[in-house]
Amino acid sequence: MTETPKPIAALADTGPTAPPRSQWRDVWDQFRSHRGALIGSVVLILIIAAVFLGPLVWPYDATFIDIRARNQGPSWAHPFGTDQLGRDTLARMMAGGQTSIAVGLTAMLLALVLGSLVGVLAGFFRRLDGPLMRLTDLFLSLPLLPLLLVMVLLFRESLNGVFGPETGIFILIVVAIGVTSWMPTARIVRGDVLALKEREFILAARSIGTTNFGLITRHILPNVMSPIMVSATLGIANAIITESALSFLGLGFPPDFPTWGRLLNDAVQYLQDYPERVFWPGLGISLTVLSINYMGDGLRDALDPRIRGR
Amino acid sequence: MLTYTIRRFVLAIPTLLFISLVIFLLLELAPGDPMAQVPLTVPPEVKEKMRLALGLGDPTHIRFGKWMWQFFVVEPMTFIDWLFGTAWAEGQQRVLSWQFRSPVMDVIVQRMPQTLWVVAMSYVVGILIALPIGIYSAYRQYSVFDQTGTFVTMVGYSVPPFFSGVLVIVIFSVQLGWLPSIYDTTLVVVDWATFKQQLMQMVMPVMVLALQTTAQISRFMRASMLDNLNQDYVRTARAKGLSEWSVVMVHVLRNSMIPVITVIALGVPSIFGGAIITEQIFKVNGLGQLLITAIEANDLPMVQTVTFMIAVLIVFFNIVADVLYGVFDPRIRYD
Amino acid sequence: MTLKSLMLGATAVTSLASMAMAERGADGHVNLIYWQAPSIMNPYLSGGTKEVEAASLVIEPLGRYNTKGEMIPYLAEEIPTVANGGVSEDLTSITWKIKPGILWSDGTPFTANDVKFTAEYCMHPEGGCAQLGKYEGVSSVEVIDDLTVKVNFSQPTPVPYGPFMGGQAPIIQAAQFADCLGAKAQECSAANFAPIGTGPFKVDEFRPNDVISLSANPNYRDPAKPRFATMTFKGGGDATAAGRAVLETGEFDYAWNLQLAPDVIANMEAAGKGVAMSAFGTLVERIEMNLTDPSPDLPEGERSTAKHPHPILTDMRVRKALSMAIDRELLTEIGYGKAGRPTCNLVPAPEIFASDNTDCLTQDIEGAKALLEEAGWTVGAGGIREKDGRKLSLLYQTSTNAVRQDFQALIKQWWSEIGVETELRNISASVFFGSDPGSPDTFPKFYADVEMYANNFDGTDPQSYLAGYTCEKAPRPETQWQGENINRFCDPAYDELVKELGRTAELDKRGEIAKKLNDMLTKDSYTIVPLVDRGRVSARSNTLGGVELNTWDTELWNAADWFRIK
Repeated sequence: MTETPKPIAALADTGPTAPPRSQWRDVWDQFRSHRGALIGSVVLILIIAAVFLGPLVWPYDATFIDIRARNQGPSWAHPFGTDQLGRDTLARMMAGGQTSIAVGLTAMLLALVLGSLVGVLAGFFRRLDGPLMRLTDLFLSLPLLPLLLVMVLLFRESLNGVFGPETGIFILIVVAIGVTSWMPTARIVRGDVLALKEREFILAARSIGTTNFGLITRHILPNVMSPIMVSATLGIANAIITESALSFLGLGFPPDFPTWGRLLNDAVQYLQDYPERVFWPGLGISLTVLSINYMGDGLRDALDPRIRGR
Repeated sequence: MLTYTIRRFVLAIPTLLFISLVIFLLLELAPGDPMAQVPLTVPPEVKEKMRLALGLGDPTHIRFGKWMWQFFVVEPMTFIDWLFGTAWAEGQQRVLSWQFRSPVMDVIVQRMPQTLWVVAMSYVVGILIALPIGIYSAYRQYSVFDQTGTFVTMVGYSVPPFFSGVLVIVIFSVQLGWLPSIYDTTLVVVDWATFKQQLMQMVMPVMVLALQTTAQISRFMRASMLDNLNQDYVRTARAKGLSEWSVVMVHVLRNSMIPVITVIALGVPSIFGGAIITEQIFKVNGLGQLLITAIEANDLPMVQTVTFMIAVLIVFFNIVADVLYGVFDPRIRYD
Repeated sequence: MTLKSLMLGATAVTSLASMAMAERGADGHVNLIYWQAPSIMNPYLSGGTKEVEAASLVIEPLGRYNTKGEMIPYLAEEIPTVANGGVSEDLTSITWKIKPGILWSDGTPFTANDVKFTAEYCMHPEGGCAQLGKYEGVSSVEVIDDLTVKVNFSQPTPVPYGPFMGGQAPIIQAAQFADCLGAKAQECSAANFAPIGTGPFKVDEFRPNDVISLSANPNYRDPAKPRFATMTFKGGGDATAAGRAVLETGEFDYAWNLQLAPDVIANMEAAGKGVAMSAFGTLVERIEMNLTDPSPDLPEGERSTAKHPHPILTDMRVRKALSMAIDRELLTEIGYGKAGRPTCNLVPAPEIFASDNTDCLTQDIEGAKALLEEAGWTVGAGGIREKDGRKLSLLYQTSTNAVRQDFQALIKQWWSEIGVETELRNISASVFFGSDPGSPDTFPKFYADVEMYANNFDGTDPQSYLAGYTCEKAPRPETQWQGENINRFCDPAYDELVKELGRTAELDKRGEIAKKLNDMLTKDSYTIVPLVDRGRVSARSNTLGGVELNTWDTELWNAADWFRIK
């Protein structure tokens, strides 16, 4: 009897037990293990949930005036107190947060996309560099206030006509902030791209026939992520504050429409007498910016394969 | 590099002329009226006459031509006259402000000292603080120092100066009574006592402004350092046995400077745009206050001149940044 | 203890002594802060309140109004009247006699020529003089002798006190401004920044929109005045900071026009370094109703013109209901505190011109609802009234200003209680108060249903103010949207009465007509809905004496009498 020798277990081929891990799975795992990023995301989600769902359960309306209850400190009925007209600060914080976060995020994204696009194109294609950077110079030089006033003059009525007053003004504000704040991102990205495109790995990628589009999306963009992330976090704070400046020009939302920037601005003159009124909007803005900053940090680490491997 | 630089400077001239035209047209189009601040008790017919006296009756292209002539010919001549005591610009009309009825340039020169003392100083202070913070935060990522730095700078950045300015005034001027809340622009530093006084009135505005600069630059510095610290050349440098100091401060830092240079160069022109809100709060009355009051009063010659000068600085520092890129990273080639 | 009381006694004696033999410049330095900075020292080229006030320290008129609105002579011997023969019987000329011995701050004598020159300067057709309205109707100014000057009017002028009277029309020096007539006025920056004057102070250095350094005029007519040797006039910042610098930190002695919420001022005063003063003039915060249709659906050029009457507000019952729903007491309490009084009048003062109209002072929500029902507006979906398928919905605009935005929010709530939907809009003051015909957001263009702002009149006579509401003063495309009658109010009876006022000289009769005109605009038609008679609040430190807040002339009218309380 001849027995066929048993195959040596160690030499046997075993099929893959788990499906191959996608890159994004790795990114997600790394992101999850970043404590700051996790806390940041949770806080941001909580804030968003509070401002968007809160008004459904909170009994007070943000614009309801109860003149007898004005200038109250925190109490059970009004946990954040009331303002100089007796409007509930918690309700105003929630309503304000909706606008501020929506405006801040969209305006920041718009500025980021515009800025990165211009920056990458200018840095990568030498022929576009001149015209695009002169355009950036032009936008940097234009005085902000008159520019905004002209935008309202030209577009307010027509936008209101097409989208209705609220959406119309929202679009106007987001575009106004986005269009006037993409330039620093563009310049920073362009500087980085200029240096990157001379590196060996770009040459290598080009030598195996990678198209320009592939070069930009696979090799350039991931490497300029970190300045873009920083621009994003600084940009959102900027957008929230700029929105409040716009409403002073009569360019923003109607005056009874609360936003965090406006609440902060209104409260400054009561700084000594009712300091809590400044505290809440300040906290709202700071928390949002901080949580997005930490999320950005985590995302940056997660996207960097050198760190991810560790 | 030299030919590149020269070419950029030559190209800057048509760019700037175009920018000046766009600014002019923008201001033309913007709603506003130089008579908006005249009380309502002044009848409309009188206001119309005042507008005509300011030259508002002329068509746009004539007013633009006038401004170009006054700015590019008469003002430099006046400057030469002042320098050498000649009289070339005698009898020529300079760019006149509608609010002051006086040459725009004289007022700008008058505003320079306080702007440089406060805004430029805060920028320098901000950069000096930001760079070490950024470098060390990246080097010791997620250390206590990094976390605190991140927290303070981000909170500092998200708190607008209209709040932080008032807050420091309430603390240091009202409650403690240590520092003056109103900046004295007529103060001339001649001895120790006046220097001390100058220092005291500068502290708060410089602090508030430097916080913003620090936050911004340290974030970019940190991010850029982090990108480079994990690169292969850093490992190589360490393997060669270079000291940690020269690895970080020479190799990594130099390669991380490109975004930071961009940010710093972007910020310099805005020094001359002044710091509108902070100047207003501390009553520094520098160029920022000049520009904002001119915009509010629709003083077009003043707004046009100041914004154009800022545009010149923007274009100039843009070129400087591009040249510096080549210095820090010799691989970057423009020709 | 005895030593202390002795010392106290001694200081009391010295301060008394210094009072008695007061000496020019004995009280050292005084600091003023204006949160709006003066841009020029020549009120003829700016017209802004801040410039008029700053200039009043240096250049003076022949006569001023005192705190009660009475005329008092300054450079003149007396105020000319018909009774003392200064004003001609036919009301076509006024003759001023100048006090002898008055010197300009450069030591040269002040003469009637300077007075005549001032009129020429302002009336020059190319000068663009902001105070031209003060010289309206002047046909010529004659110099009778060195100290007598006669102003002739082209027609009988019942109130001939426009020229050379009050802070807006001070006398400038002929010698200094001789080369600055007409178009050249714009280029005389040295003279415009440091005019030579007869006032208590002279300009040492003028920094436009920043700070003015002044010192006592060595040739001032009263050798004991001014008591302060030097003055710093700082400008810029905001009202809160100005109030803080006087009331809380004590860095400054005087802060102008503190437009702040009453509780903010009260808390600042609690620091004990100074006091807030208030006084009333003729400034009235009001809501103006648009009697024409501002709908964006109308073609450009027809919006807000008499061609299309307002679909809602032409009905007086609606306008009245809107007025009845407002609680003016509460508005005043929240927005102005002791610097405001609820009012139903367009002309709240002086007494002789003020109507006794008080029926709007009590809020009447139910009455307002009933009135709207009567007008056919019935409650529809969402509690908003409707009529013939049109919603009772209004656009309410005003300038950007914290108090105005609070008012908007409150009034919106009251109007929603009576079933009126309101959309609020605020516009930057530099656009709203401008009259750029290209901008849709200016107050005279009035592309809204109702708007709110404040206005007043110069001096003590409301004639030209009330004359602004005649039919032909309505802003429309043909007038480049210029005109005072922003409601587009048009009533032939009103126009007739305004003409009658222009012919009447007798004061009591004038008061009667003015009251009638006021009532026609307010309680008879609710075209204008006055809200608050706004006073002026300014603050002084505890150590600054002699300040008398004046709303009829400039606030610094008696700066010569200011002194340091020791």
